Amino acid sequence: MSEQTVYDRLFGTGNHALIFAGLFMHGWAQIGGQRVAVIGTTDHAAIDVTLSLQISEAILNVVRKNSAPNTPPCPIVFIADTQGQALSRHEELLGLNGYFSHIVRCVDLARRRGHRLVTVICGEAVSGGFLAYGMMADRICALPEAQVRVMDLRAMSRVTKISHERLAELSQQSPVFAPGAENYWRMGGIHEIWTAEDNWSTRLASALELAKISDDRAEIGVERGGRQLAATTAVIVANA
Amino acid sequence: MSGLQISYFEASARKRLSGLVDTNSFTEYCPPELRQTSPHLALLGSPLAFDDGVVVGRATLAGHSILIAAQEGRFNGGSVGEIHGAKICGLLDKALVKKPAAVLLLVDSGGVRLHEANAGLIAISEIMRAVLRVQDAGIPVLAFVGGSCGAFGGMGIVTRLCTEIVMSEQGRLGLSGPEVIETVKGVDEFDSRDRALVWRITGGKLRRALGEATLLVDDLIPAFRSAAEELLKRYQALPLITDDLDTLTAVQTKLENRNKRFANARDGRDIWQATFADASRVPDLTVSEFNHQLGALS
Repeated sequence: MSEQTVYDRLFGTGNHALIFAGLFMHGWAQIGGQRVAVIGTTDHAAIDVTLSLQISEAILNVVRKNSAPNTPPCPIVFIADTQGQALSRHEELLGLNGYFSHIVRCVDLARRRGHRLVTVICGEAVSGGFLAYGMMADRICALPEAQVRVMDLRAMSRVTKISHERLAELSQQSPVFAPGAENYWRMGGIHEIWTAEDNWSTRLASALELAKISDDRAEIGVERGGRQLAATTAVIVANA
Repeated sequence: MSGLQISYFEASARKRLSGLVDTNSFTEYCPPELRQTSPHLALLGSPLAFDDGVVVGRATLAGHSILIAAQEGRFNGGSVGEIHGAKICGLLDKALVKKPAAVLLLVDSGGVRLHEANAGLIAISEIMRAVLRVQDAGIPVLAFVGGSCGAFGGMGIVTRLCTEIVMSEQGRLGLSGPEVIETVKGVDEFDSRDRALVWRITGGKLRRALGEATLLVDDLIPAFRSAAEELLKRYQALPLITDDLDTLTAVQTKLENRNKRFANARDGRDIWQATFADASRVPDLTVSEFNHQLGALS
């Protein structure tokens, strides 16, 4: 499915005005008669310093435009499609982690200003690139076929020195390490996985309604049975 | 407090923690006796730690009430798994109720623990949100980076979300570790065995020169403690203000300028040359000489 088709299905044909600049995209769309800002990356972008700055600037611009009195804060839909952070000496020298944390602060500002935040994972969502903004939303949704991971099993096998066969076998029992949106769903890291048959506009409208400001992922992980210890351990510490 | 001249880099997480806080003031939460170990490491037949590689609790520091977490770099590279991450999240949740003078994070971590990668990634994103909530409640979160694993991966992002970052020269801060870049992009891009190069790209002096680390201290536990004392005193007098549109716009400009100014930089030497009168001497400067020269520039 082409990206345009994806946006047509998400927002309805003719209901979006999106600008594409390299791997960065942003603009406006209508969902259920409501105007929403759209910010994201395309083509499995490796997120570097320049792309980071485009994302954070776009978030700040949305917040700025909504700063006038009596302007209700518009929701922001983040489109996540990233293979992770860009890997280079130059990016590390400049402190790519700091550019990512700046995006995170901008997302948090938007949240505190009342913008509801929903992420739609379109292609892949990997590691640092996913952490930078996609995972910071109030509600995280994945399209069918979306790939979500830290590392593929072969690379994981090399680093952990555990055979690939063993990892593949154990991944049948546990959602905890193997790639897959379904695993993240079971652990509460993804709120919704949509199907190809779903009406994505309707699902997106409903996700915006369901988006909660509080971080509910540990509880959801318990409810779905994929992450039993995080919530209880945090409570042991918090109540100590 | 231990007055010994002990290297922070060489010390264990528990040694660092006990050297930083007031003598006998530490109470551990979810201590090793509870045997809260990772079932995911067990499933893979990997070694376990009764504290899952992180010590959390409350203490006083120079009389100030604090909450503190110390990651153990010698256990799985200080990596964040489900329990490890949840202990830090729980500590940050507790801060919202207990209102300590500060939360101290003694970061020593390569980021997500691959054996439980999905749980680790989600946990780090939860820590990120919790760090911001705590600061939004007016409580500073102070990061200390001087261990052998540095602060990388998601913990590199968490560190940069903190109110202040104290580093030693030996401390390293970044996103992707040199080994990862070398593995994916080749040794010509980043030779991870060239220690001087690694230090020039990720080390404490570089991070301080760029203004990311807010204090550079000697690799001694008492030096880290003095920095913590100084910061605690500062934030008692100066209430923390949450980022607003203006402050983040100013950060945006600053980061854009760095990106333009160092558009072609691939080595810390490029930063030294743009910053210091005698760039060749920077690696040899003592911490106090370095701080003095940097202070004179600003």
